[in-house]
Order: sequence, then C-alpha cells, then structure tokens
Amino acid sequence: MTVALNGEEIAKKIAEAFPDSVASADKAAVIVTSQSLYQVAEFLKNTPGLDFDYLNDLTAVDYLDYLEVVYHLTSLKHNHSLVLRTRCYDREEPVLPSVVRVWRAADYQEREVYDLMGITFEGHPNLKRLLLWEGFVGHPLRRGYL
Amino acid sequence: MEIERPEIASPHEIDVAEASRIEQLRESCQQPIPDPDAWLDEEIRRNVLVTTVDYVLDWARTRSIFPLMFGLACCAFEMIGTATSRFDISRFGMDIFRWSPRQADLMIVAGTLTWKMAPAVKLVYEQMAEPKWVIAMGACAISGGTFRESYSVVPGINRIIPVDVYVPGCPPRPEGLIHGIRQIHEKVLKDSIRR
Amino acid sequence: MAIRTEPFILNMGPQHPSTHGVFRMRVTLDGEVVVDVEPVVGYLHRGIEKLAETRTYTQNIPFTDRLDYLASMTNNLAYVLAVEKLAGIEVPERAEYLRIVIAEMMRISSHLMAVGFFLNDLGAMMTPVLYMWREREKLLDLFEMVCGQRLTYNYMRIGGVSHDIPEEFLPALKRFVAEMPGFLDEYDQLLAQNEIVLARSKGVGVLPEDTAINIAASGPVLRASGVKWDVRRADPYSIYDRFDFDIPVGSAGDCYDRYWVRVQEMRQSVRILEQAIPQLPAGEVCAEVPQLLRPPVGEVYGRIEAPKGELGFYLVSDNSIAPYRFRIRPPTLINLTALRDMVIGWKVADLIITFGSIDVCLGEIDR
Repeated sequence: MTVALNGEEIAKKIAEAFPDSVASADKAAVIVTSQSLYQVAEFLKNTPGLDFDYLNDLTAVDYLDYLEVVYHLTSLKHNHSLVLRTRCYDREEPVLPSVVRVWRAADYQEREVYDLMGITFEGHPNLKRLLLWEGFVGHPLRRGYL
Repeated sequence: MEIERPEIASPHEIDVAEASRIEQLRESCQQPIPDPDAWLDEEIRRNVLVTTVDYVLDWARTRSIFPLMFGLACCAFEMIGTATSRFDISRFGMDIFRWSPRQADLMIVAGTLTWKMAPAVKLVYEQMAEPKWVIAMGACAISGGTFRESYSVVPGINRIIPVDVYVPGCPPRPEGLIHGIRQIHEKVLKDSIRR
Repeated sequence: MAIRTEPFILNMGPQHPSTHGVFRMRVTLDGEVVVDVEPVVGYLHRGIEKLAETRTYTQNIPFTDRLDYLASMTNNLAYVLAVEKLAGIEVPERAEYLRIVIAEMMRISSHLMAVGFFLNDLGAMMTPVLYMWREREKLLDLFEMVCGQRLTYNYMRIGGVSHDIPEEFLPALKRFVAEMPGFLDEYDQLLAQNEIVLARSKGVGVLPEDTAINIAASGPVLRASGVKWDVRRADPYSIYDRFDFDIPVGSAGDCYDRYWVRVQEMRQSVRILEQAIPQLPAGEVCAEVPQLLRPPVGEVYGRIEAPKGELGFYLVSDNSIAPYRFRIRPPTLINLTALRDMVIGWKVADLIITFGSIDVCLGEIDR
C-alpha cells in the first residue's frame, strides 16, 4: 500500500535544509514558495530516505485569488507519496521555475499548464503551446474564460 | 552549378503559418455549407435524365466505391469493425480502405473535428477527384456531439465540407454505417454523367 | 569522395496510416536515419477538462469514456473510484467483483488491439488484426449483453455499476475464459518466434530503466524496462488484493519486450477472471447515492492501472454539484516524452514500430 506521507513532518525536513522555503503545511500537502521550488524539488529527489524519483502529475488549479500548481510525487523504492504545492499570486504574468531538469516527466505537462493556464516556466527548453495552436488568444482553463 | 534552394523554415515559423491557416478557416466557416440533397427530388425528373448508359455506369460505380480512412476518434474503431470479418464491408466492393485521398471516392469522417484539424480535412477533401461523396459518421461529426460547446470543436463537419449522408450514433453500430453506405449507393444510382 | 548531405524535415501529418489517430510528427532525417523527432499533438483537443466544470459528477462519466476509447470502462472506473474516495462512499461487494471482471476483460480487449496494430505496423498488414478482432468481437458481444453498447459504455456509476448482469452472461464468459488461453497459444505459435518480428523489434527502441523512471512512464512501457511497478500491486484499489496474479517484467526495454509484456498480461488477466468468476457474490449492484452529489470540500488523486499506464484523476471539490477542477493524468502523453531518445539514430521504419509499441491513444493525449 502506498503510504501518503504526513506533510508536516516533511515540511520540517525541508525547512531544516532550506529555511524560508515552506509557506505552510498540513497533513496532506506541503506548500512552498515559488522561488525555492527548484531547490526543494532537488532535495526531495536526492535525499536518501525520501527518494521521490517519480513525478505522477503536475497540474494547475485556478483559485480566484491565486493560481496553484500541484505536484504529486511518489517514491518507487520506499512506496510512499507526497503532494507538493506552490502558489502564484500574480495573475497577469505568473512565472515559476521549471523542474524539467529534476524530473523529465514535467516536460509536456508544464507545456500544457502554460497553454491552458498561462503560467510561464523559466528554464523549460521548449515552452510553447501543446494542445492549442500558436496564435490562440487566451488561456481556456482559467475561470474567467468564456 | 548552384541550385537555388528555398530556406528551410524553423519549427516556430511552421507553427505560426499553421495557426494563421486555422484562424482564417475559423473566420470563414461560420455558416454551415448547404447539403447537396437535390437528388432527393430527382424522382420526378428521373425518367428524362438518367439514360441506360448512365444507369450502367452508376451501377458499376456503386459496386466499387473506395472509402478513405479518415478516422479521427472513437468512431474510427467502429469503422474498422465494419471492415473486419464479422460485418465485412468487402461484400459491397469496398475492400481496401485507401489511405491516399487521390485514390478514394468516399470520405468517411468518423470522430470529433477540432479547429486545429480542420485545414487538414479541407486539404484532403480538395485532393479527392470528382465524383466524391462524404459520410459524416457519429454525433461529433454531425453537430459537434457532446463537445459542441467547447472552445476548440467544430460544430459539425458541414461547416468545412459538404456532406451527403449523416449517420447518427455515438458511435453508430456497424450496421448503421452499412445503412449509410447503402444510402450513398442510392444517391449514386440517381446520378447522371452530365453533371 | 565525401558526399555532402543535408537534413530534411518530413512531416508525418495528422492523417497517416501508422499514427494510430490524429498525431503529427515532424521528423528530421539525414537520408533514412532519424536525427530529430518533434511530436505535435492537439488535433483532437476537445476541452473535456473545461466542459467537465459545468456538468455534475454523474454527467461527467460519459466524458471519461471518450478518453481511451479502447478501454472505456477502465476510464469510468478510475473516475468513479476517485469520486468515491472524495465523498467516502462504500461500494457493495457484488459491484466490486463485477468491476474487476469488467476491468480485466477490458485489459484483454485493449491489449489485443495494441498487439494487433503493432504487428500491423511491422508489415503484417491486417491479418493479425483480424485474428485479434475475432476475440474482441466475442468480448464486445459480452459487453453488449451487460450494458447495451459496443464501444463507449458509460457502465460504472458512483457507488457501483449501473445494471446487473443478465443470466446468459456468466456461462458465455466462462466459455470465453476457457477458450482464451488456447487462442493466446495460437498467437504465440504464429508470432513469438517469428524471424521478422524478432529481427525488427529486438534491440530497437530501447528505453533504459532510469530514463523510464525519470519520465514517469507507466504501464507496459515501464515494466518492459525492468521496473516492477504495477498500481494493482503497489497501491491496491478495489479488491485486487484478494487475487493472485504475477506481474510480467521485461529486461531489455525494447519493442519486443513491450509486446511480450502485453501478451503475458493478457494471460494474467485470464487468470484473474478464472479466480473472480466463481467468487461472485449475490447482492446489490449500486449504493444509494444522491443524484446531485455534493462531496465535501477537498481534493483527491485517484489512480488505477489502466491498460495503457497509470490513469489518474485529480478532482478538487468545493461542495457544489460540479467539480471545481477535473484533471486527467494521461498515461500515454507522459510515456511519449521518451520517444525522441528511443529513435535517434534509427531508421524511419524503426520509428514507426517504436511509436506503435508505446501504444498511444489520441483521445487520452489530447483530451
């Protein structure tokens, strides 16, 4: 059975390594700041005991005050999982660091989030629209579209 | 001797060119194309227009229509199912599904059409030689189906190309598609070479 | 004398015999050798995720059928399991067993198609497809007995399944399960040691184990690369922990291993069916669930082992009748990330069969 790790304990470990990176944590998930996202991702992947080498899902949700990007991580070796989140409060031009160099699975999923939600990922090798065509105006999955 | 070679476009330029084709098509196709259903009134004029030569040619045409495989989504698998041994479309003469539009007469559009795919459909339709017919198979091809309100779905392929027969269903059973093909046969039989 | 060559970009356009749907690839070739591949998707993007935000939870079940249309009921199952996890609904025993039976039959049906079209790409034209379709028609008859449809079923409901099975279903299913190993042996006899299949697919399109984990591959693609990870074993959902089945794992990660893993999975599915059919209990087939379900505020990520990989649904609920966010994790889009690595340096024909061995389904990639 895959064990869903307690967010608060993992948040303590992350805060020891990178102070000021954890915005909040509850039992289900850890919320980190967007500037520290890349270091936290590398830390979660490379620390023995955590070993989160498998990125199940990368997606974005539009809560009207902010845009939240959610990462579902699993470790195949230890069979445990974690939910990592980060928020963008700037709705006009949201920017986040890309985690493609940590998990290549993020490649197409970040392109899709850019396409449908409008969040730009810095450091992505090929950030262009995936599902819609190049000159399409707007980002359909935002709550205000249509 | 220097041969003049055209410049190879970068992927970005290809994407931008494709996008401008899509937007142009989207603006120009806001109204559906009227269906070519004049053949339904032909009954009255039939005895005058269709001669024996016409009848023989049309009969031969119906027994050897070559369909074009244009399966886009789920309905494609019912189309393939019609072609397999149980429902055997080969007994109507439509043995091989041609992949090239230049070699086909009947285009069966099976599945949802999106605006991104629409220029490709128009291009393939224009490459087919006359006489040609189109079947719209499935609810999505007829009117957009369940996805009609979406931002990227064409509400029916009759916005892009004229359609002869509509086969409803989601997906239609192979028997339904065969009924649609028999309607095409009836239409072809009433055709005249003096078109 | 050295010949000066130039790379040339070939467009394998959206309408193409071997692309299993409306998929486009821009291939840069140096002669016949592939230098670069750029997949272009989105030709079937129907906006399901946006449309689902304006439909109730039960009205979204038909949308999930149209994702991977070769294994529709498995998609239904993934969505319904996620909603039940979110709302805390218990499913009756009989419904659980029926769901497992149906899911394993769908796995057999989807793998038959995957193997048949893989062999079609290898050049065997339609003959293996017609052989596999013979078994699939028997399965489609069984599905029609249960819910009346052949392709997009809409059979699962939140809290169970929609109809109970008629009386003629179980004898017909038992006959099918008794004959199926014989058919699989027939395919093995014809295909597994065939020189052309071995020569063209062994060593071609290799996906190493660490790359497979890094790109989050799942399903037969991951298992063929040597990683023993199956969601049915690692994170059991429904009642899979009551059944005894093996997980076939390949060693080399090439096209032949992906084909072999799928054939072995079909045998294991038959084994699960043989165990599940005698144990089918009596009872109700659906729990009492209100028609306009309002799950509590929260979110859930529910995943299952679909035939093509790990299909996951991420649902966010704000206690209203429609989901706030309906996200589908597409296994085949993520498996496709490694296509470029697998084919660089190989020829065009190898590109076609490597792409065929990943077994994509465009409905799921584009949603």
